[in-house]
Amino acid sequence: MKRLPLEKLANPQLLALLAVLLVNWLLFPNFFRITWQDGRFFGSLIDVINRGAPVAILAVGMTGVIATKGVDLSVGAIMAVCGAVAATMVVAGYPTPVAVLAALAVGLACGLWNGFLVAVLDIQPIIATLVLMVAGRGIAQLITEGSIVTFNDPALIFIGTGSFAGLPMAAVIAFTLMVLVTLLVRRTAIGLFIQAIGVNRAAASLAGIHSRMLLMLVYALSGLCAAIAGVIVAADIRGADANNSGLWLELDAILAVVIGGTSLLGGKFSVPLAVVGALIIQAMNTGILVSGFPPEFNLIVKAGMIILILMLQSPLVGNLLGFFKRDPKPANPK
Amino acid sequence: MKRSLRPLAATAVIFLIAYAISVMQFPGMLSTRVLGNFLTDNAFLGIAAVGMTFVIISGGIDLSVGAVIGFTGVLVAVLISWLGFHPLFAFVIALGVAGLFGAAMGLTIHYLQVPSFIVTLAGMFLARGGAAVITQDSVPINHEFYRTISDLIIRLPGGGRLSFIGLLMVAVFLIGAVIAHRTRFGSYVYALGGNPVSAELMGVPVARTTVQIYMLSSMLAALSGIVFSLYTSAGYPLAAVGVELDAISAVVIGGTLLTGGYGFVLGTFIGVMLLGLVQTYIIFDGTLSSWWTKIVIGALLFLFIVLQRIIFAASAPGEESPEKV
Repeated sequence: MKRLPLEKLANPQLLALLAVLLVNWLLFPNFFRITWQDGRFFGSLIDVINRGAPVAILAVGMTGVIATKGVDLSVGAIMAVCGAVAATMVVAGYPTPVAVLAALAVGLACGLWNGFLVAVLDIQPIIATLVLMVAGRGIAQLITEGSIVTFNDPALIFIGTGSFAGLPMAAVIAFTLMVLVTLLVRRTAIGLFIQAIGVNRAAASLAGIHSRMLLMLVYALSGLCAAIAGVIVAADIRGADANNSGLWLELDAILAVVIGGTSLLGGKFSVPLAVVGALIIQAMNTGILVSGFPPEFNLIVKAGMIILILMLQSPLVGNLLGFFKRDPKPANPK
Repeated sequence: MKRSLRPLAATAVIFLIAYAISVMQFPGMLSTRVLGNFLTDNAFLGIAAVGMTFVIISGGIDLSVGAVIGFTGVLVAVLISWLGFHPLFAFVIALGVAGLFGAAMGLTIHYLQVPSFIVTLAGMFLARGGAAVITQDSVPINHEFYRTISDLIIRLPGGGRLSFIGLLMVAVFLIGAVIAHRTRFGSYVYALGGNPVSAELMGVPVARTTVQIYMLSSMLAALSGIVFSLYTSAGYPLAAVGVELDAISAVVIGGTLLTGGYGFVLGTFIGVMLLGLVQTYIIFDGTLSSWWTKIVIGALLFLFIVLQRIIFAASAPGEESPEKV
């Protein structure tokens, strides 16, 4: 039961990504061209994985949260807070590792706070994380004192714009994180426990699963991922923008997770496919920019995608198409 | 006092205490001028929050409110300024479009059985994107009718003024309260939020009620967009970003239970006024920066959520854990 949906779902997302990339290639014939320059790769494809990295990192954390039937709306605000912490500490003269670790610790603390509200006080996740979503940007502005804190620290900037083995650092971090978290949930029983909580928290607790501790863990992971994404975004623009860093990225992250086949009703999740989902979103963004449409056009495409996925996941359409059930997927998601 | 009225009383008491403290610090806040501006400045938020109250009482959430406000503003501005429609006609079209939009969201939520937040998230993208496709610039509205409306004010003793849009908000709250507590639709909404399964077994028309709830929320958001365009005399696709969060905060602070089935429309009014008070206090103080608004609203939100947990944990021991999203 644990493996089966994964195998089944592996195809539509990858096919969709391929389809989006092909459309981009038709619009922009140089899309797949990758050149080697100054010790790193350049090209639109590299740009997609680089720009998609923050959402991919958020999606890794968000997958765990959504698998427990929750949602974390605060990740965008946590990104702003952690970016602000890293930037102000570096400007204040702390060594880079200390500043980055402090930012990660703050993100972890924010995640634990969300986890505390959800697990211990039993508050609906969407509302519990709303508190930090509303207050977080205010806290970030408090840290930066309302201005955009810019910095020139080479080590910190490297996290955002540097390259490792020719690939952008942000993408390398996202990939490493994805592999680590996937191993954590698939090579240990934690993934199974998370699924159990998502299906029925009361039953899972009765079966002896420490649901409180696990809920704290998934929200803490989400906070930590948001902190990593926040540091990357701040390092990328060499400044911490409390107002715009990570704005609405929580929605992109949720969309990426949903595209990745994780059920909003809990109980079924896949970390790598959520990352693929993030790449699909970014590939569409790039495609829309390349083809000269206004960037706002993106929103309509995203809305269309959500509706399509909801239709495919819904029980009603499932019944209507029950006829075709033998087919792996009656309708192509792209 | 009835136990179920406690959250409402708590909100009212906190508002009065906060207001008293503000007045002690800044005596100028106890004037009809400030109170009149409370209504005018929060009119669009209040109207949207009434719709949100119904949605939350029914156990759902509507994230598309801010985007619908922005879309309506643009639509109305384009119809009036570019196509030369009469504002009243433009308002009717905008309300109709929003009604269809809300109905579509309600149908999706009911028939596809998906959480309301993801459907209204798609609605938010759609409305915001639609507004930006119509125009990306701010469209000014210069119409005789708009000037007439903004001149419609009642002067109060002490220099205060009650504007048309402020009074409109109060009227929407009163009508909303009557609908919630005195009509069949209102009791259906409460029944649905309390327990959708038993509501259906008791003969509540779940599909029709769900569609009506989201139509109501979207149409009130459109009315709020019209009020916003009267307030600013322009339509801008990025207007009212994040108003849905303020509306949800106002509803929660007003004592409505987020798991559905319990809440007061008039509590939301106090919630909106409390948010207005926070902003006014920060303006009066002058040394506090605007970001404190967000932090204080977040703190208030936290306070009221915990308060609700405590009160309801005490009053309903058999209540199931709220697993709804």
